[in-house]
Amino acid sequence: MSLELRGITKRFGTLVANNAIDLEINPGEIHCLLGENGAGKSTLMNILYGLYEPTEGEILVNGEKLSLDGPRSAIAAGIGMVHQHFMLVPVFTVADNVMLGDERVKSGLLDHAKARKDVREISERYGLAVDPDAIVGDLPVGIQQRVEIIKALTRNAKFLILDEPTAVLTPQETEELFTVMRELRAGGTAIVFITHKLKEVKAIADRITVIRRGSVVGTASPQDSPAELAALMVGREVRLKVEKPPVEESAEGPAFSVKNLTVLNEAGQIVVDDISFDIHPGEILGVAGVQGNGQTELAEAVLGLIQPVSGSISLDGVEVVGRSVRDTLRAGLGFVPEDRNHDGLVGGSSVAENLVLDLYDRPEFSSRGSMNIGKIRKNADERVAEFDIRTASIDTPAGKLSGGNQQKVVVAREMSRPLRMLLVSQPTRGVDVGAMEFIHKRIVREAREQKRPVLVVSTELDEIYALADRIAVMYRGKIMAIVPPETSAEQIGLLMAGAHPEDAVDE
Amino acid sequence: MATATVGAAPGIGAMSKGRLYGGVSMIVLGLYGLWAFGLGSRTSDGVKSEFSLNLTTATGLKAPDITVPAAATAIVLCLLAAAMGVIKLARPLSKRVNGTVTGLFFVFYVLAFLVWATAAQTLNVASILEATVLGAVPLVLGALAGVLGERSGVINVAIEGQFLLGACAASFCGSLTGSLVAGLIAGCLVGALWGLLLAVFAQRYLVEQVVLGVVLTMLATGLTGFFYERVMRVDPEKYNSALSFAKVQIPVLSKIPVIGPVLFDQNVLVYVTMILIAVVHVALFHTKWGLRTRAVGEHPTAADTVGINVIRTRYVNMAVGGLLAGLGGVWLTIGLNISFNKNMAAGQGFIALAALIFGRWSPVGALWAALLFGFAGGLSNAVQPLQTPVPTAFLTMLPYLATIFAVAGLVGHVKAPAADGQPYVKS
Amino acid sequence: MSETVKGSGATASEPVGKPADPERPGLGKRLVDQVVYGADWVVTLLAILLALFFGAILIILSDESVRGTFSYFFSSPGDAISASWDAVSTGYTALFKGSIWDPSHSWNVGSAIAPFSETLTEAVPLIFGGLAVGLAFRAGLFNIGGQGQLIMGAIVATWVGFTVTGPTFLAMILAVIGGIAGGAAWGAIVGLLKAKTGAHEVIVTIMLNYTALYFLAYLIGTDTFRDPDRQEPLSKSVSEASKLPKLLTWLTDGGSLRLNFALVIAAVAVAFVWWLLNRSTLGFELRAVGSNASAARTAGMSVAKSQIMAMLISGGLMGIVGASQVLGTANANNALTPDIDAGLGFAAITVALLGRASPIGTVFAAILFGALQAGGRSMQSEAGISIEIVTVIQALIVLFVAAPPLVRGIFRLKGSGSGDAALASKGWNG
Repeated sequence: MSLELRGITKRFGTLVANNAIDLEINPGEIHCLLGENGAGKSTLMNILYGLYEPTEGEILVNGEKLSLDGPRSAIAAGIGMVHQHFMLVPVFTVADNVMLGDERVKSGLLDHAKARKDVREISERYGLAVDPDAIVGDLPVGIQQRVEIIKALTRNAKFLILDEPTAVLTPQETEELFTVMRELRAGGTAIVFITHKLKEVKAIADRITVIRRGSVVGTASPQDSPAELAALMVGREVRLKVEKPPVEESAEGPAFSVKNLTVLNEAGQIVVDDISFDIHPGEILGVAGVQGNGQTELAEAVLGLIQPVSGSISLDGVEVVGRSVRDTLRAGLGFVPEDRNHDGLVGGSSVAENLVLDLYDRPEFSSRGSMNIGKIRKNADERVAEFDIRTASIDTPAGKLSGGNQQKVVVAREMSRPLRMLLVSQPTRGVDVGAMEFIHKRIVREAREQKRPVLVVSTELDEIYALADRIAVMYRGKIMAIVPPETSAEQIGLLMAGAHPEDAVDE
Repeated sequence: MATATVGAAPGIGAMSKGRLYGGVSMIVLGLYGLWAFGLGSRTSDGVKSEFSLNLTTATGLKAPDITVPAAATAIVLCLLAAAMGVIKLARPLSKRVNGTVTGLFFVFYVLAFLVWATAAQTLNVASILEATVLGAVPLVLGALAGVLGERSGVINVAIEGQFLLGACAASFCGSLTGSLVAGLIAGCLVGALWGLLLAVFAQRYLVEQVVLGVVLTMLATGLTGFFYERVMRVDPEKYNSALSFAKVQIPVLSKIPVIGPVLFDQNVLVYVTMILIAVVHVALFHTKWGLRTRAVGEHPTAADTVGINVIRTRYVNMAVGGLLAGLGGVWLTIGLNISFNKNMAAGQGFIALAALIFGRWSPVGALWAALLFGFAGGLSNAVQPLQTPVPTAFLTMLPYLATIFAVAGLVGHVKAPAADGQPYVKS
Repeated sequence: MSETVKGSGATASEPVGKPADPERPGLGKRLVDQVVYGADWVVTLLAILLALFFGAILIILSDESVRGTFSYFFSSPGDAISASWDAVSTGYTALFKGSIWDPSHSWNVGSAIAPFSETLTEAVPLIFGGLAVGLAFRAGLFNIGGQGQLIMGAIVATWVGFTVTGPTFLAMILAVIGGIAGGAAWGAIVGLLKAKTGAHEVIVTIMLNYTALYFLAYLIGTDTFRDPDRQEPLSKSVSEASKLPKLLTWLTDGGSLRLNFALVIAAVAVAFVWWLLNRSTLGFELRAVGSNASAARTAGMSVAKSQIMAMLISGGLMGIVGASQVLGTANANNALTPDIDAGLGFAAITVALLGRASPIGTVFAAILFGALQAGGRSMQSEAGISIEIVTVIQALIVLFVAAPPLVRGIFRLKGSGSGDAALASKGWNG
């Protein structure tokens, strides 16, 4: 049995997510799909699983054309998928989750005994230990992933797609997953392994296909060096350049410092793990890392949205921990959240209102509970002109603007007042090149001209390179190392994948 | 109503607020009862309270009447109630034990109140129980309709409207054809129609479901009111005569003392309701359809990725649920031998919604909640003629206040199905 | 789901509006476009027409004599059609005469404006109620507790009303303030529970409605409230001084025009709520919290404070409805009765929905529904068509307005319009 994708193209509006991709998947082989975040790997696999319809191209099984009208037909064709975000019902037991959609029924009622037995059989055969009666929501993610794999295997999947399966795993869990994958390979299953972690690719892949910006840019063998793989993945095109005067050495100490900061998430897990760093006036510190390694919580802790369990954060020598968000903002923090639609904008409100979303109660814009619409409109006119926000009018709902212009609204709001510090997360996510350059320039200006400490959090390595004076790499809540911007992408990539600094830098 | 958060270590010394407040208020209430019920003037002079345990219609074995000294009994019961508070304060309890302790508190307290209220008089307990059962029937049916809808992810606030339509259609069709079965079928069908209408507006036009339910209830109120005024009232004999299913005695079971006549000498709709509770419970938790329904309500995307048709599941559930809500309406007219009247559901559809939430979206939970609400109604009716200083209005209020406490205290522990109220839109 | 899709959540592909369009089409062309593409106001208008159409069908179906003509429809269809037309036109003519203008009763100004005076009288409580529900909507809360809040408002207003006997104007103002306080307190409970425990406001408000109803039933029976001279459940009447003065007594001799001072209070309330929502910092917070709570939190706003304030103000506005009921038009005795709420708590929801939760829209919606109510009464008395049809028409209008694609589909309009739902679905856990 073989599976082949031919000339798959997928467009969302004008955005080309996949461009004429060819891919061949063979039994007993682990085929790695390597690429950065946003390269289009998941889109491709969702097409293969029948969740998206390709704009062009075809899928062949054993040389015969396969038409997929939904997951059911993909499952019938022997395709199984473990999604990046697990498709499990948290309140169900393992056995119930496994049989959902493919229920074991005896005389009209669910046959729980048979479902349990099926789960046990698969667990034993592939060494996927899991209690069939456990409630999925109570299980650690590593075990939940096993449930997903069992779910695919009980449906006789011959082709198993694993979408970023190690993103949520500890190193030990990753090792266990690899053992399972080898087992499956020996049993003749074809595995598509989607990842951006070079180390893992080298450890497990039989074949490697590299995807960049929606296109296949080449194939590689696991014997190639990580440096070669990284180059292929990240690309050698000209990096974004931002005019950046050198940092002036200042005699003063750091303007912003974080010491031994630890933050828990709602579930009580450590998400920021005892981290410390300083930023000097006029300096830009870039925080690099794969999404979900604690960057979001670090930013929220600085803002005061979540309270750390221990550690301190100080700005200009004043402790910030314990302050409310409002007080932190008033004290002069400019904060650009990573998800503008969720946290940065009120989509239904006008551009003018969004430009004062956290300034509306300052004396400039209101007095005694009444807002000064004239000043708010004037401010909006000025910001729209200054930041080149393309909008029909300042009364247009912010939700109607393009992504780049929405981001400019957030940036304009946060950078148009005297700041003591600037914290920007994913400042150019989903933003066009023009807006990106503009935003980058403003960030640099805030640091160099206003002499403020700037913290830039980004999962885009290019962006980090363009802006940062020093780069802190986060992995599983820890800062692995703080390195100079001259460090190669390969080395930073290794740090992002959790390699120890010595291993990564001494490569 | 424990508000201790799950997972917080029940450490010694660290008493959760919920436990503290809960325990202290139980003790305070218990002691207040001691003073008011036990030591008050109503129970003084050694008067006795008499409780009759038999319906006047009972044909089987009869239980003897119970007569107790009012003051002493009330004092003992109040002390027992206060003791529950002490137990609660003494040490952290498991969820189950905590529930039992809270439940016992209420049982003791209500009994103490009854002894006090009945002082020097007679109260027929069996008739309160019968009123409880009869009052609970529509609530259970409405709540089951809610369970089916909400477990699949559609919020149904239009149960009240379904009641009115079902009641109106049953009375009308029953009178017109002279056939109770025709009335029954008509009532169920309009309920189902209304459920489907809600599902279509919710899933296809993405209308906010709580708002939608309220508007559909208004529409049903208007339609049935209009129809009543313009058609049914013109010739009540022909269009709106009071009809009822005959009582059916279940052999043997109906002869059990006290509860026999209450539960097993009723009309067929009562038995149908009992069976439906069991059927919905089994269907929801032990069949393929139920598994899929719950998956669709919790995580529709996951259900979709294993090939389950999310939208169709929701339509089917809302239609089937509508049949049950319609039956609840049928009960209000031809189940109780009452002719239709404007707005006769009188908010019972909303109480059914509360029973659904109180009962944590489960059929059995809904049953208990409905019985509780039914009991409160029966109790306040029965106590009214006893001329107690406590206004019965406050007794009637209790279930509503209890529901508020429940949603305020239990939120965070008991969650609605995760995708409840959210239309499924494929990416 | 897909990293790619997520990244392009808002792509740069959307057309960027041009600041000044040199080829702006003429008014006529724009009007035609709006109709063809089903602009919001067009959908609202069509929704009203559709609802009236369904109302007409109900009138026909429920009319015994018209049904008779349908039994021989195929032998003489003209009979059925003309009988249907007669039934509908008699009904809707009475509706018009009772609410806007009756040409046969126009011998002087007083009687000429009588129907519209009735319309406004019915509209006034709906304005307060619509504002109340709309304000809560804007803060992301669904206040279906209007019934309870207005009952509590009515209770306090009545108590102040029969306790304070003068001076004339001041007593009335005090009673209205009492009504506001009663409603606001009852509303604030909901906001507090929502903010502190997450209890869903819909459940809490439903329960508080019943609690208020039973509390009212109890109070009317107490010595403090009961009118000792009456058998039926009725409270003492409020003092003359605290009644809402009628506005148009100078037009007629008998003072038959019921429109009262509540209209003035309503105008003030509209202006206040408009200012609150559009000009005040508190309103800015309410709207931000209502449409994106997490962005509001990130901008330093307090979600809890917004929710409590929204329910407090919303309840206060409902309290005015209660006050205007007892001090004004609910019954001839100006007293508290068990059915003092008169369904206004729920009618207010339809007003707010039709008015799209904006103060100005609410005024228009309230006048429309007020007209339906006033006209519905004359429809009942003159054409024998029960007033319940008004509830049906109201509910249908709101239902159609809530589903613009349905209306556009029925009339084969092209556009998808703005497609913004007045409320985002959030469910019990939201």
